[in-house]
Amino acid sequence: MSFLVDSVIMVTSQVLFFGFGWLFFMRQLFKDYEVRHYIVQVVFSVTFAFSCTMFELIIFEILGALSSTSRYFHWKLNLYVILLVLIFVVPFYIGYFVVSNIRLLQRQKLLFACVVWFTFMYFFWKLGDPFPILSPKHGILSIEQLISRVGVIGVTLMALLSGFGAVNCPYTYMSYFLRNVTDSDILALERRLLQTMDMIVSKKKRIAMTRRQMYQRGEDQSKQTGIWGMIRSVTSPPPNSENLSLIQQEVDALEELSRQLFLETVDLQATKERIEYSKTFQGKYFNVLGYFFSIYCVWKIFMATINIVFDRVGKTDPVTRGIEITVNYLGIQFDVKFWSQHISFILVGIIIVTSIRGLLITLTKFFYAISSSKSSNVIVLVLAQIMGMYFVSSVLLMRMSMPLEYRTIVTEVLGELQFNFYHRWFDVIFLVSALSSILFLYLAHKQAPEKHMTM
Amino acid sequence: MASLDRIKVLVLGDSGVGKSSLVHLLCQNQVLGNPSWTVGCSVDVRVHDYKEGTPEEKTFYIELWDVGGSVGSASSVKSTRAVFYSSVNGIILVHDLTNKKSSQNLYRWSLEALNKDSSPTGVIVTNGDYDREKFAENPVPLLMIGTKFDQIPENKRNDVLTRTAFLSEDFNAEEINLMTGFTDRKRFNFKNLHYD
Repeated sequence: MSFLVDSVIMVTSQVLFFGFGWLFFMRQLFKDYEVRHYIVQVVFSVTFAFSCTMFELIIFEILGALSSTSRYFHWKLNLYVILLVLIFVVPFYIGYFVVSNIRLLQRQKLLFACVVWFTFMYFFWKLGDPFPILSPKHGILSIEQLISRVGVIGVTLMALLSGFGAVNCPYTYMSYFLRNVTDSDILALERRLLQTMDMIVSKKKRIAMTRRQMYQRGEDQSKQTGIWGMIRSVTSPPPNSENLSLIQQEVDALEELSRQLFLETVDLQATKERIEYSKTFQGKYFNVLGYFFSIYCVWKIFMATINIVFDRVGKTDPVTRGIEITVNYLGIQFDVKFWSQHISFILVGIIIVTSIRGLLITLTKFFYAISSSKSSNVIVLVLAQIMGMYFVSSVLLMRMSMPLEYRTIVTEVLGELQFNFYHRWFDVIFLVSALSSILFLYLAHKQAPEKHMTM
Repeated sequence: MASLDRIKVLVLGDSGVGKSSLVHLLCQNQVLGNPSWTVGCSVDVRVHDYKEGTPEEKTFYIELWDVGGSVGSASSVKSTRAVFYSSVNGIILVHDLTNKKSSQNLYRWSLEALNKDSSPTGVIVTNGDYDREKFAENPVPLLMIGTKFDQIPENKRNDVLTRTAFLSEDFNAEEINLMTGFTDRKRFNFKNLHYD
């Protein structure tokens, strides 16, 4: 009886998540395109719904809601479905839509899509070989094989995004890094841009007029037929065509210049808007936040280095640690069990919400930047794949942040994976990503003022 | 050559509808082989004989300014694009007949160009919710071009044509529908645009 009630609750929440994913797709991702293949929207929303259900189950685990047998059942069910979607459905559709875009292979779309899928499976399987993620007692077709590989990919993604985000966040929030841009700078650049455009126009007018005169006089190159014609055109080319190719080269160079000027102007405008924003209340608040985040970022890099150097994997989670510290050192007595449950619930909740929100925002920005009307379907599916893998591995990693009694369900459901390996792998990739982001941002920051100096 | 008047025509529309291909075809009389993203603005020039064959024949240079980007671009891109919108003699709005959204976005494109409105949030115009008066007293002539007509399956062509006819009426614009593979260049005549 209670199982039925629990299942109804789970299904309702899944439908809600599905609806949210659907709306997000329609309103945010695809707002400039027309949805012609509804299957893409369905697949995206399904991936989103099942990923969120996993998080929901963790929350229920901490809160102790629903009976533990039904929780376990839903965990297993959810896991199977998500693996099915991530490994079979999404890659197959990615292959299908990629193949539909290529003209040559239109005839046998399904066949080629299957071929693509088999290649994907091959590489996916090969991925597991160099990593010590399984103990030998697991069979070939067990669920642990699949989860471990999905986990590796997802953890790498998480660490890359984390590293970059940890560095980029203070950089964008703090106004210390904002370059000084005045209105006159922008006006000067715009004037140069328009001047360049005018030069391009006048040169093109010359080309057009010259071509028209050539055409009218019958000096068309295509009329130089025969051997004599060819020899004549080599030894003494008509003066007009020489001029033309020269002017054409100048035009190409000017067009390249105009593109660069355009991009620089956009950059300056964006900086100017950020400067104006930083003078508002919100801007100042974010500025202060940026300072805190930079401290947090430095601390995280430090911890990652320590973990790797001293080969240490934390045994206790931050919640129990914090409580231990307060009880032992500060001598405050309070009910450990009660508080650990609530605090870990809040902590895990915050982590979940911020990671979902952060991922969706990043995905949206990425989608706007690189999609076109032809490739929008493929890109959305790729993003759905990334999202699914990201969420699965965050469940894996979240195990570390929870007290022992809540970890058991994750360990039970996901099987005997080498969790320590994943944490180590996360630290390594995080460090690499954070350091290279610092280098990259430093170079980009240094290069920009020099561009303005040469004006 | 310097005595020839200057005519500036903007070519606006969403990314991927075929503006660069169109401009290239009009000016070079050739089909563009490898279209790529337009960054910023690309200009091309067409020499046109106005009132050809009559005593008032005059040769004009028509500059086609093909502005790249999408309506939903960041406000910094929009403010930079506004630089190109000054002293415009005519606007060509291009939309993709296989993509309804590109037709809907034409409202926002035309507002952006006509008002030279650089406010970032802009006017979010939904279907049918536009200011017809703005277009009625608009001194700048508009031409609407729908591309990729041959990519629409036969049975849907009538619906598409009706929809676009309504659209061009709203704009008080002239309308042309094009195929993807252009062969006949005589179809493109600018005699519909009235010069001052």
